Amino acid sequence: MSEALHYQSIAELSAALQARRISAVELMQAVIARTQAVEDRVHAFNSYDVGDALAQASASDERRARGEARGPLDGIPIGLKDVIAVTGQPLTASSRMLKNFVSPYDATVTRRLREAGAICWGRLNMDEFAMGSSTENSAFGPTANPYALDCVPGGSSGGSAAAVAAGETIVSLGSDTGGSIRQPASFCNVVGLKPTYGLVSRYGLIAFASSLDQIGPFGRSVEDTAMVLGAIAGHDPLDSTSWRAEVPDYRAALQARRGPWRIGIPREYFGEGLDPEVAASVQAAVRFYESQGCTVKDVSLPHTEYGIGVYYIIATAECSSNLARFDGIRYGHRSKEAKDAVEIYSKSRAEGFGAEVKRRIILGTYVLSSGYYDAYYLRAQKVRTLIRQDFLNAYRDVDVMLTPTAPTPAFRRGAKADPLAMYLCDIYTIGVNLAGLPAVSVPCGFSADGRPIGMQLIGQPFGEAELLAMAHTYERAHTWSQRRPTL
Amino acid sequence: MSAPSSSSTDLNIDHVASLARLALTPEEKAHFASQLGDVLDAIEKLKRVDVTGVEPTAHAFPLFNVWQADEARAGLSVQEALRNAPAQRDQMIVVPKVVE
Repeated sequence: MSEALHYQSIAELSAALQARRISAVELMQAVIARTQAVEDRVHAFNSYDVGDALAQASASDERRARGEARGPLDGIPIGLKDVIAVTGQPLTASSRMLKNFVSPYDATVTRRLREAGAICWGRLNMDEFAMGSSTENSAFGPTANPYALDCVPGGSSGGSAAAVAAGETIVSLGSDTGGSIRQPASFCNVVGLKPTYGLVSRYGLIAFASSLDQIGPFGRSVEDTAMVLGAIAGHDPLDSTSWRAEVPDYRAALQARRGPWRIGIPREYFGEGLDPEVAASVQAAVRFYESQGCTVKDVSLPHTEYGIGVYYIIATAECSSNLARFDGIRYGHRSKEAKDAVEIYSKSRAEGFGAEVKRRIILGTYVLSSGYYDAYYLRAQKVRTLIRQDFLNAYRDVDVMLTPTAPTPAFRRGAKADPLAMYLCDIYTIGVNLAGLPAVSVPCGFSADGRPIGMQLIGQPFGEAELLAMAHTYERAHTWSQRRPTL
Repeated sequence: MSAPSSSSTDLNIDHVASLARLALTPEEKAHFASQLGDVLDAIEKLKRVDVTGVEPTAHAFPLFNVWQADEARAGLSVQEALRNAPAQRDQMIVVPKVVE
């Protein structure tokens, strides 16, 4: 029994398109119909352009009719987080500051997806400027978790995760600065991958914290995720931090690489604050890998407890600098109350930014201000070195590390009003960004009341193929990924 | 009397908001000062780490001397570049007078 079109895999849909059993327009119409049926409950999108999506689908069908189909992604809808530029479409970062902004160009990932024939579909909701862990910090209203509508989908890429889980798109892209792909993936029972820093171009991604940000894919399966990663990865001269790495065939690697792997279990990730149901699910996954012949080794990342502090210095410092460009002059919101140039800056920013963005700009400005730089920013950069060395030391003995993605399953909307409590949601994901490593969240269970649980596999630099193969090995032997939400 | 947290009292929110060109309401100032005091307390524990001789990391994989080929490429047209301007006239962005 095959599933409804909007829940099928890229491989199934691609085969159906190739055999002319369906057209790209029919597929897009099915995804649009599904979106229109559930969006009043999920609110994964800030906006979507039905006419533009159907025109892209029609162009895909014409290519195929001419025998010029571009590969397995041709005709496949992919949702993009509303922080990634798409020519002629809104680009809001879920902020009042950019409420009316229309992108004049494509991000490199957008261009590469177009070149692969994929259909860029909709602008997905997020925490404002990617700052948050619940998608509650959106100026356009929160997104709901498709598996528990009174709960958050995680964040900041909550719309990207929820849309994939709810069948409102086949796959999607998000961005991850401290866990913003992996944590929502774990909350929404989907796969989400944060690539090695530099593997995917950031050109056309609205910057939050430039030394930590990476764009990455979401899918309902490891294979779908691998196929999207293959399309967007690779060197880009428009991003000076882009790495000249060879891009392997990630999909082929799923079959070719079979382990057995040496798996490290960092003991600092299984301590106080870890929900018992999450712990049990992750430990069951560890036992599965052992049963497959993998070696499991206890490892230590001793500077883990400093990760949150380092992150909230470095990320806010970089954000205060990056968001200085939103000054009401050249683009974005301009206050009508301003009497002079300086007031245009300060009032436009006051009216355009939400509370969390303001808090982070204040904190970032403070840690960079005269007299505090050495005590905060420079010290944080040094501790960042120690956190990175912890990982590299551990990788002398193991190939990959396995941890929970988040300390708990999805929480209720409004449950974490205190900023510090929200920041602690990212405790297991932040170290990966500080160290620049790749990591993937994979569905590994459900709580008794039906909320998804994810595990995180952390790889070595540019070890995405190994990570995806390891995730695929688990996925093939379990059925979590096949459980759909009731909507 | 308990000593006030040093980090909380160090944060002069008026000064920092002025540096950030961010007009905050009195309520926001009070709220943020208290919330950020909590965050700064959490950050204080970095002072326990011995960082003697440790080099700072700005990027996990730093690249240096990254150059683009010096080739002319098409850019945005004036119309496209001004599309999102809050106020424009004669192919220019309109701003208040800053020099008398």
